[in-house]
Amino acid sequence: MPAIRAERLSKMFRVGNRGRGMLREALTARLRGPPARSSELWVLRDLSLQIEAGHVVGLVGKNGAGKSTLLKILSRITAPTSGVVKLRGKVTSLLEVGTGFHEELTGRENVYLSGCILGMSKRLIDRAFDSIVAFSGVEAFLDTPLKRYSSGMRLRLGFAVAAHLDGEILLVDEVLAVGDGEFQRKCLTAMQDLQRRGRTVLLVSHNLAAIESLCSRVIWLDAGQARADGPTHDVLSEYAKSFSGGGGTAADLSALTQRTGSGAIRFDRFDLLDADGFTPMTAVRLGGSFAMRLHFTSRVSMQGLIFGVTFHSPLGSVVAQTHTFNAGQEVTVVPGRSYLDVQIRDFNLMPGRYVLSLYAAHLGDIYHDSLEQCLDLDVLPTARYGQLRGMDGSIVALDSDWGEPIASEAP
Amino acid sequence: MSAIWEYRELFFFLALRDVKIKYRQAVLGVAWAAIQPLVTMVLFAWLFSQRMNPEAGSQDSKVFYLSALVPWLYFSGAVSGASNSLVGNADMLRKVYFPRLVLPGAAALASLVDLGVGLAVLLVFIAVFGSLSLKLLLWIPLVILLFVASLSVGAFLAAINARYRDVKHTVPFLLQIWLFLSPVIYPITAIPEQFRFFVALNPMVGILGAFRATAIPTSTVDLPSLLVSIGSTVVLGGFALLYFLRTEVELADVI
Repeated sequence: MPAIRAERLSKMFRVGNRGRGMLREALTARLRGPPARSSELWVLRDLSLQIEAGHVVGLVGKNGAGKSTLLKILSRITAPTSGVVKLRGKVTSLLEVGTGFHEELTGRENVYLSGCILGMSKRLIDRAFDSIVAFSGVEAFLDTPLKRYSSGMRLRLGFAVAAHLDGEILLVDEVLAVGDGEFQRKCLTAMQDLQRRGRTVLLVSHNLAAIESLCSRVIWLDAGQARADGPTHDVLSEYAKSFSGGGGTAADLSALTQRTGSGAIRFDRFDLLDADGFTPMTAVRLGGSFAMRLHFTSRVSMQGLIFGVTFHSPLGSVVAQTHTFNAGQEVTVVPGRSYLDVQIRDFNLMPGRYVLSLYAAHLGDIYHDSLEQCLDLDVLPTARYGQLRGMDGSIVALDSDWGEPIASEAP
Repeated sequence: MSAIWEYRELFFFLALRDVKIKYRQAVLGVAWAAIQPLVTMVLFAWLFSQRMNPEAGSQDSKVFYLSALVPWLYFSGAVSGASNSLVGNADMLRKVYFPRLVLPGAAALASLVDLGVGLAVLLVFIAVFGSLSLKLLLWIPLVILLFVASLSVGAFLAAINARYRDVKHTVPFLLQIWLFLSPVIYPITAIPEQFRFFVALNPMVGILGAFRATAIPTSTVDLPSLLVSIGSTVVLGGFALLYFLRTEVELADVI
């Protein structure tokens, strides 16, 4: 018996003035006839899916693919434009950490309020309270108003409540993407626990490693439809291919459509070169030096620009970035094709695969072109590491020397 | 309705939150719930008693004003709180499902604390300046009626406010006009008998009139106007509930 069954779900939003404006507009709209400038945006289109009870299923897809909308429809927050949802069992949705938190209330009060809003009974919260507090690690501040909490403390408290949620069906959106490593580990443990207890979970995440370790099946949403649906490994590798710009590190970017920004500048090629700037490379070496060449086309003359490259871990979090603003440099461009080089010295990210984002912008988040996670960059171990060493899951390499044990006290 | 029962704990937790927030970081705390009607009463008694309202002057003007002001201030507070309850909790609406009626309901419930304090003050005044009688037992059904009327108006406005923020700007005026259309500064007997039926379509006419009648020993409840007001409250409540439930499903999208 499926726990979640959705048939031909569609969701349409009107984009334009309607529905957000003033009463006056609604009153005069009848006189003017149908609104001219509202267009339809179909976030989901005829999506059908079925999830068996006790399965943990991952939902992946680019931003705007309809993942969150699907979760909102399944959790009844919003209604589909057409289609039917059938759920078997109590549904708990966790679309945000710390839902219902209020600044003026104390930590203790917020645990009860948020827990209750997320569907826990008072008895359940009473029973779980000590465990929630221990999990959050904010015992000392339980009777302090939330407004005095740091953002990290809020997050921990919010997640502590979330980790104690229970329900036959859990819909979880992107809560794994936030927080530090330890937080994410706790998060994963809590999810595994749900899995063990036979809960049905639909999990949205950009954290592919987490999806891989938790889910047996993955659904890939693209433009409101299921582009792939099947065993985790198959779908994820297909999905990963779709945004790695062809898989190379010297890549033609001109065909990429996943870009945002004004379009005044367009990146059309990326080259990975060795430190002298002549020889193309396919990978960089830990501790080595290299150059990245950004080819772009500008439609107009502009000055005061910031160019940047961001390094993401395979899990999607930002691990490093370099940009002209930090370098104290403002870039001026002229119409036509140009390229810009950036030299990286003593590269100290641990061996593994990283993902790059490129952007050209003006200060204040005014992007002219932004390519999110468009390229893979492979980092190879140096000779200092033997075979299979230098793969410990950490990210930053510390240039360190270990000594020999020296007896400091005779037995 | 059964869904509301299932979410009763949430209903109480949200009401509790509203009460706590309202008086937190205020030195006088919940005493404000007593100060507000008292100050207004003194103001009204001083402004209107002798000049405008000889009839009121013949009775005890303090009890006269306070007995209508306490329920009126509840209505006014609950309606403005409830009408803002959806927009004020928009983040929550977008992130989690629960019957949306819980929000205006909790706002109206939270204001009952103020009403309780106000009624306690009124009780003291009745004891000192008038006399306590069994008529005061009428407060129980009257408070329920007042709650239903306030919630109906508040929930209806909240649903419109979710889409059209004009409501937020209209509510203060609406309440001001409503105050003058209700027997707060004048007695219900000031309304000519032949019009009383129509005037009592305003639920507050019957409710405030009855509250006042219980507080003043010499007066009796004007039953026809109370019955009309009960009827109009039921109709209003039904209409508001239907409208609210119809707009509820699209709330997260339009708010």
